[in-house]
Amino acid sequence: MTDTRGPIPSVADRAKPVAAGGPIVAAYFLKDHAVFALGEEALLFVAPDGAEQRVAVHAGGILAVASDGARILTGGDNGRVVATNAKGESETLATDAKHRWIDRVALGPDAIAWSAGKQACVRTARGETKSLDLPSSAGGLAFSPKGLRVAVAHYGGVSLWFPNAQAAPETFAWKGSHLDVMFSPDGRFLVTAMQEAMLHGWRLADAKDMRMSGYSAKVRSMAWTPGGKWLATSGSEQLILWPFQSKDGPMGKQPRMLAPYDKRAVAIACHPRQEIVAVGFEDGMIMLARIEDGAEILARKPGAAPVSALAWSADGGKLAFGTEDGAGGIVDLA
Amino acid sequence: MPDTTEKIPVTVLTGYLGAGKTTLLNRILSEPHGKKYAVIVNEFGEIGIDNDLIVGADEEVFEMNNGCICCTVRGDLIRIIDGLMRRKGKFDAIIVETTGLADPAPVAQTFFVDENVGNKTRLDAVVTVADAKWLRDRLRDAPEAKNQIAFADVILINKTDLVSDAELREVEARIRGINPYARLHRTQRAQIPLGEVLDRKAFDLERILDIEPEFLRADDHGQDHDHDHDHHHDHGHGHDHAHGGLKHYHDEEMQSISLKTEKPLDPDKFFPFIQNLTQAEGPNILRSKGILSLLDDPKRFVFQGVHMMLDGDHQREWRADEKRESRIVFIGRNLPEEKIRKGFESCVA
Repeated sequence: MTDTRGPIPSVADRAKPVAAGGPIVAAYFLKDHAVFALGEEALLFVAPDGAEQRVAVHAGGILAVASDGARILTGGDNGRVVATNAKGESETLATDAKHRWIDRVALGPDAIAWSAGKQACVRTARGETKSLDLPSSAGGLAFSPKGLRVAVAHYGGVSLWFPNAQAAPETFAWKGSHLDVMFSPDGRFLVTAMQEAMLHGWRLADAKDMRMSGYSAKVRSMAWTPGGKWLATSGSEQLILWPFQSKDGPMGKQPRMLAPYDKRAVAIACHPRQEIVAVGFEDGMIMLARIEDGAEILARKPGAAPVSALAWSADGGKLAFGTEDGAGGIVDLA
Repeated sequence: MPDTTEKIPVTVLTGYLGAGKTTLLNRILSEPHGKKYAVIVNEFGEIGIDNDLIVGADEEVFEMNNGCICCTVRGDLIRIIDGLMRRKGKFDAIIVETTGLADPAPVAQTFFVDENVGNKTRLDAVVTVADAKWLRDRLRDAPEAKNQIAFADVILINKTDLVSDAELREVEARIRGINPYARLHRTQRAQIPLGEVLDRKAFDLERILDIEPEFLRADDHGQDHDHDHDHHHDHGHGHDHAHGGLKHYHDEEMQSISLKTEKPLDPDKFFPFIQNLTQAEGPNILRSKGILSLLDDPKRFVFQGVHMMLDGDHQREWRADEKRESRIVFIGRNLPEEKIRKGFESCVA
């Protein structure tokens, strides 16, 4: 591919580096603090003035991380599910009786969910815990935007679970191993990332299948643009955007492709208000791409390791990033 | 193949129920080697060494959506290795203990199929522990046991103290009849220098240097090896021939095929041949390895495969003092030997 683009504007020099001292597996903003989840032991809070605070959350590896903007939920290889709030106060919410790895966690409006091996659990705001036995280990967990419904991805499809109902979960079957799952923000679609280099989706109303393929690798990061118009995904040598505006979603449509590069996109985060997507590549470069016109801004130059975490602050004024070799940073875009 | 130096080695321990896998595992973990291992086991208990990371797993064998029924992977391994890599630096190597009834192929294929696993770890070797007393019976009644022998890079014939010398030679000959390429060791209570089971680099293309059958250089290792060459008769399954004390069996179901030519191969013929062969016979081919001398190519081409999956690359230049020849071996079930031989011969340039 010939690159006919002119020089790309850069904001890379506005980044304040954060040395995490170990692999960064996720990043979030809790109020005005950037929070980096490390591969083991701790969350690293960085205040607006740059002051750092390490909050110990797991004795061991941190396997799963989720946030709703108010708190961060982590699952560890010590079998614990821990919630940490914006003040850096941690609380163990659940402990697996057999100390199994907590493989996945999710935060819902009124509940939390986690999985260990072939079991998914939900704890409601009232403190009730319900569990669901699965045909295989859970690959992904997601709360529906409305009501208490949990999608659990596993081998052979997704179980849509209503923890407060007696009925058996509703199953959306598709052959293969499903490793991540998301509801569209309007709750109309369910999308999974698979072991193969593809996504699968269902329209919930009629269980109609959608196959989204053409990737060069497994899709390990995906995110919705504001209002759920586009699903932005990694897994290719560019940003792949699937259109979800119409009632048929991406069925029969081609994706949009932005920010072409000779390295693969591995991390994605969508701006909370505008149709701008931060794309992290496997060589450590981060590009901001505007969907409307494909305009690009460089947010980080290539580094030594793949980007492993990306997060926008709630107002979109800051972008936090982290890499597999522990190089973190916060870019001030305001 | 990319540089393997920074990848974490993964050793797969297999063996039929009761053969001594757990004994070997405990031995590896308790020796004063100064290394730390992450161990993926099927059941907790009996193993418990501080310092090491022990992870319990349910063996979850998943089919891939690529139209190939033999293309299966261990879904639990993909997930666990992803989790373990968050603690990189806390261990030097990974050991996967499979259940006694497990097929090693999905484990090996996981390293071919999953890019993340393949980028961060490398499959080092499949080590199979066999029970000197009971293996012969298991080869008759348990297809899993035969698979584990056929697949192995290293085989420990364990519990040799429970059998006579004659029985031991018999079981060795049975193993050789299935897999002449594995390194064979006689052990009691799985006592073996760790260097013989760990860091073997058996799946490293750079190390496919010598694919001569191991029995051609028999008797060069193992302190308790016996040099008493007798000529006695056997009435077991298959055919046997005694050549200077080394008995040769041909297992009726599982065999190895070795092909060789000194004429250069035509890559435009060979690659379609090997692709078609592994497509057609993939479910039956457990392992394949080869060193190729291609027409007008100054470099050796090496490849290895598990069922339908092949991994190959140019290696180094042929040395002036080296005989340029192509050698390929297959280990598999009911392989159509004549068809494979003819096919191979037709690839000569």
